[in-house]
Amino acid sequence: MRIAVIQFPGSNADWDALHATRDVLGLDARYVFHKESNLGDVDAVVIPGGFSYGDYLRPGAIAGSSPIVADLRRFVDNGGPVLGICNGFQVLTELGLLPGALTRNAHLRFECRMVHLAIEGEGPFTQGLHGRVLRVPIAHADGRYQCDDATYAKLESEGRIAMRYCDPSGAVPAAEETDAEGLPLNPNGSRGAIAGLYSEKKNVLGMMPHPERASEAILGSADGRLLFESLIAHVGARP
Amino acid sequence: MSAVPVSLPTDRPVDEALAKEFGLNAEEYARAIASLGRQPTYAELGVISVMWSEHCSYKSSRVHLARLPTEGPQVVQGPGENAGAVDIGDGFCAVFKMESHNHPSYIEPYQGAATGVGGILRDVFTMGARPIASMNSLRFGRADHPKTPHLLRGVVAGIGGYGNCIGVPTVGGEVQFDASYDGNILVNAFTVGIARSEELFFGVASGVGNAVMYVGARTGRDGIHGATMASAEFAEDTETQRPTMQVGDPFMEKLLLEACLEIFASDCLEGVQDMGAAGLTSSSIEMAARAGTGLELDLDAIPRRTEKLTPYEMLLSESQERMLMVAKPGREQEVFDACAKWDLEVAIVGRVTDTGRFICKATPGYDPLDDASPRPAPEVVVDLPLGMLADEAPKYDRPQKEPAMTSRTTLEMTPVSIAPGGKVDVQKELLGLLGSPNIGSRRWIWRQFDHVVRDGTIVGPGQGDAAVVRAFCEHEGKTIEKFLALSVDCNGRHVELDPFAGAAMAVAECARNITCVGGLPLALTDCLNFGNPEVPETMWRIARAIDGLAAACRALSVPVVSGNVSLYNETDGRPILPTPTVAIVGQLEDVAHRLTLGFRREGDLVAHLGVPSRGALGGSEWHTQKQGRVAGECVGIDLDAELRLQGLMHTLAKAGLLASAHDVSDGGLGVCLAESCIEGRIGARVRLPEGSAGPAETTDLLFSEEPSRVVVSFSDDHRAEVERLAREASVPIAVLGLVGGGALDLDGVAVVPVTALADAHRAALDAIVG
Repeated sequence: MRIAVIQFPGSNADWDALHATRDVLGLDARYVFHKESNLGDVDAVVIPGGFSYGDYLRPGAIAGSSPIVADLRRFVDNGGPVLGICNGFQVLTELGLLPGALTRNAHLRFECRMVHLAIEGEGPFTQGLHGRVLRVPIAHADGRYQCDDATYAKLESEGRIAMRYCDPSGAVPAAEETDAEGLPLNPNGSRGAIAGLYSEKKNVLGMMPHPERASEAILGSADGRLLFESLIAHVGARP
Repeated sequence: MSAVPVSLPTDRPVDEALAKEFGLNAEEYARAIASLGRQPTYAELGVISVMWSEHCSYKSSRVHLARLPTEGPQVVQGPGENAGAVDIGDGFCAVFKMESHNHPSYIEPYQGAATGVGGILRDVFTMGARPIASMNSLRFGRADHPKTPHLLRGVVAGIGGYGNCIGVPTVGGEVQFDASYDGNILVNAFTVGIARSEELFFGVASGVGNAVMYVGARTGRDGIHGATMASAEFAEDTETQRPTMQVGDPFMEKLLLEACLEIFASDCLEGVQDMGAAGLTSSSIEMAARAGTGLELDLDAIPRRTEKLTPYEMLLSESQERMLMVAKPGREQEVFDACAKWDLEVAIVGRVTDTGRFICKATPGYDPLDDASPRPAPEVVVDLPLGMLADEAPKYDRPQKEPAMTSRTTLEMTPVSIAPGGKVDVQKELLGLLGSPNIGSRRWIWRQFDHVVRDGTIVGPGQGDAAVVRAFCEHEGKTIEKFLALSVDCNGRHVELDPFAGAAMAVAECARNITCVGGLPLALTDCLNFGNPEVPETMWRIARAIDGLAAACRALSVPVVSGNVSLYNETDGRPILPTPTVAIVGQLEDVAHRLTLGFRREGDLVAHLGVPSRGALGGSEWHTQKQGRVAGECVGIDLDAELRLQGLMHTLAKAGLLASAHDVSDGGLGVCLAESCIEGRIGARVRLPEGSAGPAETTDLLFSEEPSRVVVSFSDDHRAEVERLAREASVPIAVLGLVGGGALDLDGVAVVPVTALADAHRAALDAIVG
């Protein structure tokens, strides 16, 4: 299975994505620089975390002007699976490939820590994971998911909310609810505690937490692997 | 003798008064004229003053720094380059340095701290290393000082803003609050990177005729004369220095990092150096001086973002994210190509010469940003011999005087007696200490740092006495994983009481931290933060502290490979606590040897390694809080005992016998035990080790900060083996009790629920940052 990891100027979790997919999962992963016009013959695309274009204007906003984006849109239109992590999620909402927006965390600070995720909507990256609780780190300043009422209702009814922040038992928190250590269970104030969501065709997943930083036990959690293993099964099963 | 360089109409008249404004005293100004054989021009005076500043010349500390041990079989690059390097096997080295950004951070905390991080990152990647982790050591004024919340918030946000964006994890650090830092905070930033030992790059301008290339951000007016500001003490009007502040752009630095690593990989450079303090001036002069060559710069070619820059401004600007490179003959195009890929500014701005002189040419009035400016017809504006700017810069052995301690502190300790009848409530004292700013959880800080980027953080902030990071060492298509342990330390209270012993204790604790996560200390970098060296008492402290560092480094076989000195840290004549901060890089032979500080299993034994406390409270956090100032006799350190303890820790970790390890430091044994309970979310029942000098108060035994002690936990099955190894190493061992339950039970004297310990610990910074 071949994976393209897009490198925008300012991407900084590109190595994390390459390491997890290539070195940990043994996939044929490679970087594709943003000035290239072609993703190449790949089965899936990862848009990694970081600060593309330095977060100037808004996080993810300027990435749309990069040459590679035209081919990314083609790949998405053809139903190819795309995973946007952290800044990658921000890029996807700015490109209009996912609805809604990611704004400054409710407490206005950068937040880096382990969180729990309740997997909800199934798709290429979450097959068979519904109801599972994963431990995965977050590291962002702009991860507060916001959308209008109509969009939220549509996301829910279409099963596109891939994952929500939760407590260790999987219970999704009410607003302001904190964990045993006094930290908010919803770490950024996202609407509906949304941590990740799918596109209408469910081939595009955007998520703020970093599964690629939780794919080895040595890093404190290997739960993030499940998403990549789901992708491998999905691609393998595609006609 | 070459012709006198031209002056510009806008130049200010050069005289002793201007020299003084630029930080040169009358003697130094006279010396400059004597060396030059004439009066310097305005631009030349700027160059001379900045090269002779304390920050660039180390004029007060050089004679003393020479006493530090810098050699060892593991040393790949010692002091004198942009960063030091130490061998980590298989042809790879760890490249690291620590540097201060104290003065700028007080004036503008966000940008000051951010550019401090940017500067240390550049020092490391300039050597050809990819940065893999950063740490920081911070000092703020007392928690209830009105400026402290603003400064703490700004510094933390600035470190995060820069480090998070460039994608280098901030994996550890330390913070202390003390009234002596009220008007002079400290921001010391550390970065480590990985390189091939045979592919290190150095700051040399070699090869006569080679092109000098400018890469990165355009030059503006920011930071002009910043190095001079950093070489003077503050007074009330410090805020007026804000125009000398640099502004950081981590996105630009990320592009610069990637472009540089690509350029380095193509091996098209003779040398490279970042434009840090004193910008273009110090980078070009240091490169030429190291190579024994000369330089001729064409200032008309300098990329700029501001109109009407004068030669003086271009030479002295500290605009960030800029590099100076010397290309190999005919290889300039490779630099241009990499810069085009990463959308970076690049220009050829000069040539290497064999004249031994630093010559700058510029066209008076020329401005490439102004179409109406005259056509370029460069004339010489600076012509200085390199010698006077580098090796022959002033060097002072300043007068020293042992302080009469009573001038600021008193050796006399007030006995602590706070409850009626003289009985101390141990539980209340322990919770108070855990919840105080100097001891409590730093979670509010490190949650704002991306400490997991790059998939290498194995033991992160708060989990162990040191951080453990995985370095991916790539060569010829193969990747080897290596594991480094990183720690940064200093306790100014102990240095204040005895600079020699206090500095030795800083080195010992830092190295002990490395062994408490299962690593072996390899080498050290330091950041020597002190007050005004022209005050003999301060100079005595500097010299004694350097001797203490040297003694501990020798005893523990940890050479110094890089460092930085920050003097004049005082406001209105009041110096900071002497703060010789040290950071050590160690290595784990096998990641399976790693240790963390939290107790792990119900039923494990808790044991104390090292000579039990005699209950000496001098300089301890607890006593300082009670008395309201640092007092007492320094507890001192036995470096032989320390070496034996560290050897034992290494042996125990390698043998896989331990479940946890945590050294006894700030807050003493009581805080050490509490932290192991909090992190492990489990209680313990312990008796206290008998004091080595007979009966002492329980509180004294609990809160003494006597060094060279570690609390470990291990399975009962390993008891005989652990005790045997301790005996063999001649390290006293005392089994104190058992891990288990929901409370820390101190021999019945206090029984404190772990939740209460954790609540107090967690809230420690709330009073400052809410």
